[in-house]
Order: sequence, then structure tokens, then C-alpha cells
Amino acid sequence: MQESLLFGRLTLNAFKRDAIETSVGVSILIGGIAIIALLTYYKKWKWLWSDWLTSLDHKKIGVMYLIVSALMLFKGVVDALMMRAQQVLSVGDSFGYLSSPHYQQLFTAHGTTMIFFVAMGLVFALINFIIPLQIGARDVAFPFLNSLSFWLFAAGSILIIVSLNIGNFSGAGWVAYPPLSGIEYSPGVGIDYWIWSVQISGAGTLLSGVNFLVTILKMRCPGMTLMRMPLFVWTTLVTLVLIIFAFPILTATTGMLTLDRLFGTHFFTSDFGGNPMMYVNLIWAWGHPEVYILVLPAFGIFSEIVPVFSEKRIFGYVSMVWAIVVIAFLSFIVWLHHFFTMGAGANVNAFFGFMTMIIAVPTGVKIFNWLFTMLRGKIHFTSPMLWFMGFVIIFTIGGMDGVLMAVAPVDFQVHNSLFLIAHFHSVIIGGVVFGLFAGFTYWWPKIFGYKLNDKLGEYAAFCWIFGFLLAFIPLYILGLMGATRRLDHYDPATGWFPFFAIALAGALIIFLGIGLQLYQVFTSFKNRKELLDTTGDPWNGRTLEWSTASPPPFYNFAVIPEVHERDPFWSMKHKKKQGRPHYHPIHMPKNSAVGIFIGVFSFLFGFGAIWHILWLAAVSGVGIVACVIARLFNRDTDFHVSVEKIQRIEGR
Amino acid sequence: MKESEHFPDPHHDVSANTVFGFWVYLMTDCILFATLFAAYAVLKDGTFGGPSAKEILILRDALWMTLVLAASAFTCGIASLQIAQNNVKKLAFWYGATFLLGFIFIGMVGDDFDRLIELGNGWQANAFLTSYFTLMGTHALHIAFGLLFMIVFVAQAIRWGFTPMVVRRLHCLKIFWFFSYLIWIFMFTIVYLIGAT
Repeated sequence: MQESLLFGRLTLNAFKRDAIETSVGVSILIGGIAIIALLTYYKKWKWLWSDWLTSLDHKKIGVMYLIVSALMLFKGVVDALMMRAQQVLSVGDSFGYLSSPHYQQLFTAHGTTMIFFVAMGLVFALINFIIPLQIGARDVAFPFLNSLSFWLFAAGSILIIVSLNIGNFSGAGWVAYPPLSGIEYSPGVGIDYWIWSVQISGAGTLLSGVNFLVTILKMRCPGMTLMRMPLFVWTTLVTLVLIIFAFPILTATTGMLTLDRLFGTHFFTSDFGGNPMMYVNLIWAWGHPEVYILVLPAFGIFSEIVPVFSEKRIFGYVSMVWAIVVIAFLSFIVWLHHFFTMGAGANVNAFFGFMTMIIAVPTGVKIFNWLFTMLRGKIHFTSPMLWFMGFVIIFTIGGMDGVLMAVAPVDFQVHNSLFLIAHFHSVIIGGVVFGLFAGFTYWWPKIFGYKLNDKLGEYAAFCWIFGFLLAFIPLYILGLMGATRRLDHYDPATGWFPFFAIALAGALIIFLGIGLQLYQVFTSFKNRKELLDTTGDPWNGRTLEWSTASPPPFYNFAVIPEVHERDPFWSMKHKKKQGRPHYHPIHMPKNSAVGIFIGVFSFLFGFGAIWHILWLAAVSGVGIVACVIARLFNRDTDFHVSVEKIQRIEGR
Repeated sequence: MKESEHFPDPHHDVSANTVFGFWVYLMTDCILFATLFAAYAVLKDGTFGGPSAKEILILRDALWMTLVLAASAFTCGIASLQIAQNNVKKLAFWYGATFLLGFIFIGMVGDDFDRLIELGNGWQANAFLTSYFTLMGTHALHIAFGLLFMIVFVAQAIRWGFTPMVVRRLHCLKIFWFFSYLIWIFMFTIVYLIGAT
């Protein structure tokens, strides 16, 4: 293909699309224009820039993560519904409404979006907002780095959205196995969109990992020893360790794939001595810990919610901590179970299968600890607890068939079948997604200052739980009947159609649940006066984040709390109040626009690399380095909040 | 409690946090290199009929590169000692020497690449050369970034003197430089001593 100096391989052909793709592109454009128009009409640009986009406040960064991830969630769910519809419509003589390349892009985009930009984003939204509050800190260790991480994450998300309008996305599955993802079999820009969106947001994740690890280890308030930390902090800490160990592998692996595609090198090619199976090993050496990076914070969220809504302390705190650590350790020595069929030999498969089964033990410890926490507690059946119940049922089903697949001979039968799809959706939706929904319902009053309408939350939880069972139990059966994953067409003689139809019905019920959640957010915002949280402690909480106002002042705590035991806020509430607090000036970071600039340059760099626009990539690369150096020469990065101002804010 | 009096606002202990954070970052870098080393180990014999490591890598050149980098680590160490002496001029001098040595090192890597490419052994030739060039190139890139930030931080030391911020940055630079040197020791051992003899 001829490449021009100015536009690389970007030609008008990149904008050609079929009717369905056009409708998606047009709706994105209309949405974007509407947002710009609204911001201009209400003159909110300055507010948006100085209060949000350039903010280094971990709470605002958390909310921005939430907004981006929620938008990406919507995209991922639409992808899923389109796939379900295709599988119902495309039987026998009918070929459905999607072309095969489009269908391939859908399942790739669905996986990539949901893992990297929804689950990771929502996890970081909560980590950002809650962790500093729970450890009694005023900010994270490196506030600027935190903003930078977010903007790298946002740049990656925008690259995916751009792929809907310019060119196309990868069709090689969410982990992009070579040689299919090599330049020979995928010469287009799709794989490059995948690589750069993952690479850029992955760099952000890595920086966040370092940042929050230092925050948790170095910035806990006086008296909060490691074994007094709330369990959400513990699970986050271990998650961060996993990120620090796993994400560099992803960076290196996608980097090598980039070299193969851009410069014709031979890491993963099938000729010239390259080794495609090395890619599969490397990507899962990152990919399996990634699963735990997602689910451990969800475990932490449930460990916060269950004690509060059972009015008991957590059962078996120490065993919980050890279970987390053991899970994290084991998560690094099980990656081969993703490809038992590679043929590494019986002994290797047996080792990895055995290690995989052992993970069920610490996970089981955690499930029982939560159940024992509820035992003889005063249980409040609010919607977070409903999510928890759904989690226990669905996650346990998913966990048990995971152990089943850890048996290599069984795995040979169900490898790459819909049984596998049903398995990991059980653990990721049942575990991660339900955990995050429970967490956001629980911490919503802390983040926004008002509670969510709980009735609607309960209806949504029921829709999700029953919708999930209806959508994915048929997939287990289909998998056992021999249906492989990523099918866009099948023969009616297989007898699969009724199951696919039930699965679509389930997906629609889940979609109804999402509709209810959107309505819940909308109506709660409208009636926020009645749902207002004036005490800062709406649930009778036990940990430090509930000891400050809702939403917290920008410095979090006027006086840094002092901790003497676990569940510190519980005992603070039941002790006599001390005299008037004595304030000191507070040291806070100033806003910085460098994070968003680096984000923009990273996006342009990715775009240039994808379309082989050399000058754009070079200019943005230099731009990134220049931004970093400019930031290093800025000495005016923080300020002190005066005692009078603190008194004014606290006296409100 | 004494601890709390001592530590009224954990935010202020920026230096300790930064240095610790930088160590953690270096550990992630370590894993990045570990991945590339693993790739090299897997692909070392994937020469696809081309010459092996033994036939085209020159141990003597690599020894010279090691000595240059070792000397740069030495001068970097001497430079760091000047912070305690509060001597910005000497710091600039010794970092100047470090910069020169680092620059020579990058030149030597470039020479090595040139020599291989001229013989038709570029990184597109086979998987062994792909992994070799990537490993060497990534390391040289680290050295190059080290040189870039050497300029920035020494300039800041000259302009602002040894403020806590500048000292902190120089400290990170030093760790980074030693880290890059350490990675080279592994390259020398694994690629050259084991592979090329």
C-alpha cells in the first residue's frame, strides 16, 4: 500500500463503513457535539478545565475514572448485545445482520473494552476515591503522577472510540495471538489500534500501581499498622503488587508485537525462527494475574460491605489477609492453564492444573469468612447486600467449574468452547462487576454526598442476577454440546438455536437492569435533597472514610486521625468526643495541566504509530518529553491551606 | 503519642516517598528487562540458518563497553559524593565525565549495530538477531534517557543549588544510572559470556 508523507496510510477509505457502523459513528459524533454545545451554552468550559481536567485531587480523578469507565461500559454492553443478536439471527440459510469481519471486531472490542477500560477503570475509580480516605491520608503519594495515569487511561479509551470512526478495530481476539495478529495475516490498522490503546492505558496502570503502593505503604495515618488496615486497603495493596509484577510483561510483550508489525522483526512470526507460542506464554503471564488484579479489589469491597450491613466485625481478619496474599502468589504460577492444549506435556500440565485447583482453597476461605460474618449478625438487606448474595451464588458456580477446567483432560474437551466463556463471565460479572456495583452503591454517598435510591438498586440487582443466569447457564450447556466461542454462524441441525435464544433473552434482562441503574442515578440526583447524607456516616460505618464529611473537603481530614485498632471509626463513635480540634495549615498540591497535555500527546503518538504518520508520532514523542521536563522545571507546585480557611470549611 | 507529634502531616515526607517510589519503578523496569531476557533465551537458537551468537558477537568489544560503562558508574558515584561537599562545580564536572562516557557507550552500541547490519545481520534477519537488537536497543534507550535527565538535573543543581528537591532528583538519577549498569552486567554475562564463547 502506498503511504503518503503527510497522512501515512490514512486515506479516505478509512472512513468508509457499512450502515450499522455508520450509525454507531454518527451517534458518537452527535453525542460529542451535544456535549460541546451544552458546555458552551452553559459557559462551563472554564469550570471543567480548572475544577476537573487539571485537578490533582484524588477524589476528582476517581470520579473522572468513573465517568470514562461508565461510557465504555455502555459501549461494551452494546457490543455484547449485538453479538447475542447475531448468534440468534445467523442460523442455517440466514447469515444475520453483521459481516464476519465486523463480528470479529465486536468480540475483540468487547473483551478489550470490558477488561482494560471498564473493569480496570472502575477499580481505579474506587481505589482513587477510597484508599486515601481509608488510610487517613490527605492525598496520594504522587498527585501529579495520579493525574497523568488517568489521562493515559483516557487516551487509550479515546483511541478505541476513534477506531469506530476511522479505520477499524482488531479482529484477533482480546489477547491478539500471533501469527494472526502479525503483519502478514492482519495487515490493517485494527491490531495497531488494539496495541496502542492497551499500551498507553497499560502505562497509566503501571504508574498508578507504583503511586498507590507508595501511598499505602508510606502515608497511613499514625497508629494504622498493616494489620489494622481495612480489608479493601489490603486487597488493593496486593492488587498493586500484582500490577507491578504483571504489567511490565504486558508492556514488553505488546512492544515486541509492535516491533514485529512495524519493523518486520521476528519475535512471534512462524518463520525466521520466531516463536508464536512465546507470545501466548507471555501474554498469559500478564493475563492471569490481571484476572486477580480485577477480582481482589472486589473481594475487598465485599469485606467492607458485609460487616457494615451485618453490624459485626469481619470474621477471620487474619485469615482473610493471608488468603489474599496466597491467591496473589498462586496467580503467578497458573498461567499455563489458559493453553493446556499447547501440548507442553503431561507433567507441566499436571503442575499448572494442580496449582490452579489450590487457588480454590484461599478463595473458599474468603467465601466462608463472609458467610460467617453474616451469621447471627443484624443483616440489612440493602442493594449492596443483594449484589453480595448474587456474587456468592454466581462466583461460586464460576469458581467450581474453573476447578473442573483445571483438570487438563477435561480442558481438552471444553477448550475455547462456550463453556469457557460462561466460566469467565461467571467469575468476572459475578465477582468483579457485582463487587464494583456493590461498592459504588455503598460509597456513592461518600463520593457525591447523597444516597442512591435503594429500591431501584434492588430491582437492578435482581435483573442482573436473573438475567445473568438466563444468559450464561445456556452457554455452559452449549459449550458441552460443542459450540465453540467466536462463532458468527452455525447450522440448525446442531440444535443450538433455542439456547442462543434464551441467552439473548437473558442479555436483554441484564440490559433492563442497566436501564434501571441509569434511571436510579438520574432520579437519585433529582431527589438528592431527600437522600442527602448530612452526617458523613449514612450506613453506620466502621472505617475512617465515614469519619469525614460527605463529600469530603478537598483536604479529606482537617486533623489527621489517629488509630488504635481495626475498624477505628466504630470505636471513635462509641467513645466520648474530645474537645475542639486544633488545626494546622495543610499542605496541598496545585492543579496541573501537564497531565492532560501528556495524555493528548500520547493519544496523538498512538494515532501516528497506528497510521504510520511518522511526523505526528515524532512530534508527539518530543512533546511528551518536553512536557515532563517542563513539569520538572516547575517549582510552584503546592500551597498551604490557612487555618482560617479550614475553620470556615469545617464550621459549615 | 510521640509518633503523631513527630509526623503531623505524612505529606511532608516527600523525599522518602519519592526515593521509595523510584525503587518500585525500577523493579517494574527490572521485570521489563526480565521479559526481554526471557525472549532472548527462547529465541537465541532461532537463527534460521544464519550465523549464531558465537559467530558474530565480539566478546572483546563487549568488554570495552563494560569498562566504559563501569567507568561511568564510577564517575557518577564520585559526582554524587559532591552533594555532601556542597560543591556544585565538581558535581557538574563529574557528571560531565559520566555523560561523555555514557555517550561513548551509546556510540559503541551504534557501531556494533552498524557492523552487524552491514554483514546482512540486521534485526529482520532472524529471531535471534531480533531479540539481540531489542535487548541491546532497550538498554541503550535507558542510557539515552539517563543522559537526557542528567542534563536536566545537573542544570537544576547549577541554577537552584542543592535544594531538597534537586538532591532527591540527583539521588534518583544515581540509582537509575547504577541500575542501567547492573542490567548491562547481566547482558554481558548472559549474551556475551555464555552466548558468545
